[in-house]
Amino acid sequence: MNAPQTVMAIRLLVNGVQVEREVEVRTLLSTFLRDDLGLTGTHVACEHGVCGSCTILVDSQPVRSCLLLAVQADGTNVETVEGLGSVGSLSPLQNAMWREHGLQCGFCTPGILMSIEGEARSGASAEAICDEVLSGHLCRCTGYQNIRTAIHAYFATKDES
Amino acid sequence: MRPGAFRYVSARSLDEVFENLSDFGDEATLLAGGQSLIPLMNLRLARPEVVIDLNRVPGLAGIDLVGGELRIGAMTRAVDVVTHATVTGSLPALSRATAFIGHPQIRNRTTIGGNISHADPSSELPGVLAALEGSVTLRSIRGERSVGWNDFIVSTFTNSRTADELVVDVRFPLRTGWTFAYDEVAPRHGDYPLAGICAGVQIIDGVVRDMRIVAVGVSDRPVVLSEVAQASIGRELDEALIMQLSKMGREEFRANGDAHASSEYRKWLVGTLIKRILGNFALEPR
Repeated sequence: MNAPQTVMAIRLLVNGVQVEREVEVRTLLSTFLRDDLGLTGTHVACEHGVCGSCTILVDSQPVRSCLLLAVQADGTNVETVEGLGSVGSLSPLQNAMWREHGLQCGFCTPGILMSIEGEARSGASAEAICDEVLSGHLCRCTGYQNIRTAIHAYFATKDES
Repeated sequence: MRPGAFRYVSARSLDEVFENLSDFGDEATLLAGGQSLIPLMNLRLARPEVVIDLNRVPGLAGIDLVGGELRIGAMTRAVDVVTHATVTGSLPALSRATAFIGHPQIRNRTTIGGNISHADPSSELPGVLAALEGSVTLRSIRGERSVGWNDFIVSTFTNSRTADELVVDVRFPLRTGWTFAYDEVAPRHGDYPLAGICAGVQIIDGVVRDMRIVAVGVSDRPVVLSEVAQASIGRELDEALIMQLSKMGREEFRANGDAHASSEYRKWLVGTLIKRILGNFALEPR
């Protein structure tokens, strides 16, 4: 029988790279990404699912990485903000956020980017993302108006291409 | 912040769930969507010895109509209940109530069985289950049993599942000729409701034949407002009756007060929600 363990080996895809590690089963996926893989773009704040800053994509779905155990991501395809673009080569969404001043301190930004990315990929409209998806993220300095503007700008460039 | 130490098993079959439950019983916790359990573990409010993960057990998710009941597999995600044609077609109030749970990022993980089992007094779904007098199906190596909502949901975070059992599905009996609706008031969409109402009505020849009204978020479990329902029977659902029922609804129960809302305010919200929902029923064409 499959017996309970305290340490397990996991294999998953992180931003297109195959990763294999042994992890303590109590390790949160957010902790695994930041501490084990050094992918500190995934931010953690409340660590109980409220703030949204740790949101990543697991098999293309936006989820809270602080509410998943790393072992639960075994065999999945994980995408973090590091997979979107890089300095000097921003993704279209990142570019829209930059142009429209959709961020100020930037703490909540990685989670917001991943939510928008995931929902846009699954066909959600700009309006649905502004009204509903954004409600799953706490931003305490930029204010949501510029983020909404950035979402519309992103969809406008997406529709053009 | 991270959970205390525990042992973990990702069960691959129902047999593996039952074997682990019989080995670890009270020490074990079942992990469904994890959107309530993992926060409690992160905050060390829950410290299970063993976590049995249900996410890779086949056959626990699905939505279908069986014998006049809407049957929802325990591991069905909230996101699927919101949009599934069978739910929106047969019980739109459930779809609407489910859309009030957290945010899309949360609903991608939340499960129906987990939500009901967690028995959070502020949760929408136990209220819908209560309004429809639904049940949960519990399975163990001893067999299967169906438990009505009233016996399953005991009080805050407490259900009547025994340590060797697993909730396999949740059933909402559909009522011919009835209309159900759900609405709530929360500080902002996705927050826990300060008060929520699930109500259903059967109107024949312009008069109320029967009614169910249940309040959530106001007590340690869903509150059935049976006096309100009783007072409506045989009457025309007009403005005068709606005002009367709204006032009765405020007085029928003892509302909890806390930092988020006083007892008085919660009672006021229940009255307002009754007015809003019944008002909409009255406007529906028949």
